[in-house]
Order: sequence, then structure tokens, then C-alpha cells
Amino acid sequence: MRSGVYAAMFKREYTLAFRQKAELVQPLVFFVLVVSLFPLGVGPSPEILQRIGPGVIWVAAILSSLLGMERLFRDDFQNGWLEQLALTDASLAGLMAIKVFTHWLVSFVPLVIVSPLLALFLNLTEPMYWALLATLAIGTPLISLVGAIAVGLTMGLNRGGVLLALLLIPLFIPLLIFATSAIESAAMQLSYMPQLAILGALLLLAFAFTPFAISYAVRVSLN
Amino acid sequence: MWKWLHPYAKTERAYVLCNTLLPWFVVTAVLSLSIGTLWGLVFAPADYQQGDSFRIIYIHVPSALLSMSTYVAMAVAAAVGMIWQWRTAYMAMIAIAPVGAVMTFIALVTGAAWGKPMWGTWWVWDARLTSELILLFLYLGVMALYSAFDDKRQGGKAAGVMAIVGVVNIPIIHYSVEWWNTLHQGATITKFDKPSIAPEMLWPLLINLLGFAAFVGAVSLVRMRNEIIRREIHRPWVVLIAKQASK
Repeated sequence: MRSGVYAAMFKREYTLAFRQKAELVQPLVFFVLVVSLFPLGVGPSPEILQRIGPGVIWVAAILSSLLGMERLFRDDFQNGWLEQLALTDASLAGLMAIKVFTHWLVSFVPLVIVSPLLALFLNLTEPMYWALLATLAIGTPLISLVGAIAVGLTMGLNRGGVLLALLLIPLFIPLLIFATSAIESAAMQLSYMPQLAILGALLLLAFAFTPFAISYAVRVSLN
Repeated sequence: MWKWLHPYAKTERAYVLCNTLLPWFVVTAVLSLSIGTLWGLVFAPADYQQGDSFRIIYIHVPSALLSMSTYVAMAVAAAVGMIWQWRTAYMAMIAIAPVGAVMTFIALVTGAAWGKPMWGTWWVWDARLTSELILLFLYLGVMALYSAFDDKRQGGKAAGVMAIVGVVNIPIIHYSVEWWNTLHQGATITKFDKPSIAPEMLWPLLINLLGFAAFVGAVSLVRMRNEIIRREIHRPWVVLIAKQASK
């Protein structure tokens, strides 16, 4: 019966996300636009683009995730759905995990899908591209999980947007460092498994702890 | 087991405790800071390699160490508030936060001033410096989140979550010089059995460390007292204190 609750939650989140297509597409367009600003800004020289490419893509991914992140709880908080969820006998942490998973599925998987295009824009080599894909696959769930804590805390505030960036960007710096260093190792034809292993460890840690932190944060905001 | 602690959840008891502890912290801070700084800056021998510019160690190392331990203290206060539902613990947390932020800032500035003559640059993006900079942002985030809430109880809880999440950064800072091959040197005084610093240089450093710790404690206590007064302004005992003070 419990699994039925989670399945229903997933179905609801998924359906809702696809009925608000503009909100889904906008961060993605923002992501592509920011990345395509760089060749215009620093000049189209392929060597420079290849050098800065991994960092540019990752920074753009983090910034666009901040744009889309507020959507995670805002509507559900304002129309009272979250309060109803907190009152059910199903575990709030479990429900939040489903919610974050769906958010990741609809907002980050498209981002991973368009990344070949960006790799082409920035003249990344094929090993770099695979490393980029691997770091995005491991790193973006981490963004969703950790970001959801801060969104949960700030959703009751009117001016939450900038505050959200201030809270989250410092937390994402280690992620950025390991992800880009993995891609740089790939560019030099070295193994990038150590960096991937650290990212994977961070992700597992986040899987274990953040659902509880998110549900606590939501309860604080619901007061 | 922790029963003796619980009376201090009452703001009035916490206020009295602050008042009792404060003189001890102030005296320790003034004594150790004047002895340690004078000894370190004037009487300690110059370094054979770095000359006199090594003396900034007497400010840099204590402030850097305190920036981390103050963060842990803040997170512990937040955890206490979360576990036992103490309002006072959140007040302590928010009293500590700016003090720690200033310590982090001092550590960064003195580090930059030391880096210029030694490494030839104010700033490098190595692991130790970057993680210390993140620490400053974490402090600022906790303070910003707290001040964004009109309901300070809720703000305390929210900022507490962020403070506890940020604790992951502390081991990263501490081990950054071992995990990565950084420009920043390894630990000097944590190796108690055989410190890599001469004893006549070490003593003023340890005394200054105590002084910085007492200073952080003293400022936090004063801020904690103010926070209690500000939040409990309508309570009879606060009114009583205010009346006595205005006489």
C-alpha cells in the first residue's frame, strides 16, 4: 500500500511537470544560451574553448539549476499541498525523495541530453565528452538533493531567489571542482575514476541523509 | 545524564550564566593576547628562512583554527536547538555566527598578506584557501537566512539546518593540505609529540591561540546577552534589569 502512495506521488509530480512546459524549457534554454555566450565573449579560438569548456558547461548547469529549483516546492507550498503531505501517515522523507527524483528526471535529464550539442559548440574531444556525461549523470542528482534542502528552507520567503543562490553556490563549489577536474583528466587521456569515485561517494552520502534534511526543512517552513 | 544542562534552556538562566562567564573570558583574552602578541611579534626569534615576516603566524594560525572551531560550535548549538527544542541554543548559534565570519575573514586577509612575500602572490586557488573561502560564504549564508525571516524562531531553525549541512566543509579544510598537494604548508602545531616549530616560537603561538579562543568566547557571550535581551524584551525580568540599569 505504501509503494502505492509513492507511485501516485511520482505520477502526480511527473504529470504536473509536463503540464507546465514553459517552466521546464526555460532553464534549459538559459543553459544553452549561457554556454553559447562564451564563444562570443572570449573569441572562437578552438583551443581556448576546449580549455574553458568543461568549467563553462558546469557553471551554466549550476546557474540554470538555481533558476529551476524554486519550482520544486513553490506551487505546492502556496496551494497547501505540502501541508497535506506532512499530515499523511506516509513518511515525508520518502515523499520528498520521490519529489526530488522527479524534479531531477524532468529538469536535468534534458540537460544531459542537450550536452552533446554544447560539447560540439565548445570543441570538446570525445573522451572529454564521455567524462562530461559521466560527471553530469552523477553530479546533477547531487545538485537536486542538496538544493532541495535550501529550497525547502526558503520557500516561505518572498525574496527567496537571491538568497537561494547565496546558500547553494558555496555548497556546489566542491562538486564543480571535482567534476571539472575529471573532465580535465579525460582531456589529458588520464583516468578520471578517482574524481568520479569522490562524486559517487558524495552522491551516496546525499542519498542517505538529505531526504530527512529536506523533510525537516519543509516542516520548518510549514511551521 | 544531561539533566544539569536543561535549566539553561531558560533565557533568564542563560543570561545569568553569560554574565558569570564573561569576566573570566575577558580577563583570559586580554592577558593572553597581550602576552602572546608581544612575545610573538617582538621577542620570539626570527625565522632562518622567512625572517621577520613569519611573525604573522601569531595572528594567522589562531584565527584560522578558531574560524573552524567556531563553525563547529555554531553547528553544535544548532544541533542542540534541534534535538532539545531550545530557543536559547538558536540564539547562541546566531550570536556566534558573525564572530566566526570575522575570524574567517581575518584568517583570509592575514593569509593573503603572508602569501605575498612568501609565495609572491596574494591569492592562489589551492584547496586550503578555496575551502576557507567557502567557509566564509557558509557563515554569510547562515546569517543571511536568519535575517530573511521575520519570525526569528523559524529563522533560527532554518539557519540551523544550513549550519549543520555546512559542517561537511570542516574536515575538507582540515585535511586539504594532506589530501591535495597544495602550496599551503601542512599543519605545524597539531603534531604534539614533535611539533615542526621551535619551542620559543611555539609558546607565544599557543598563548595567542588561547587568547583568540577566549576573545571569541567573550564576544559571543556579549552578543548572546544582547540577543536574549532583544528577543525577551517584554519579559518581566528584562524589564527589571532595564529599570535597574536606568537608575
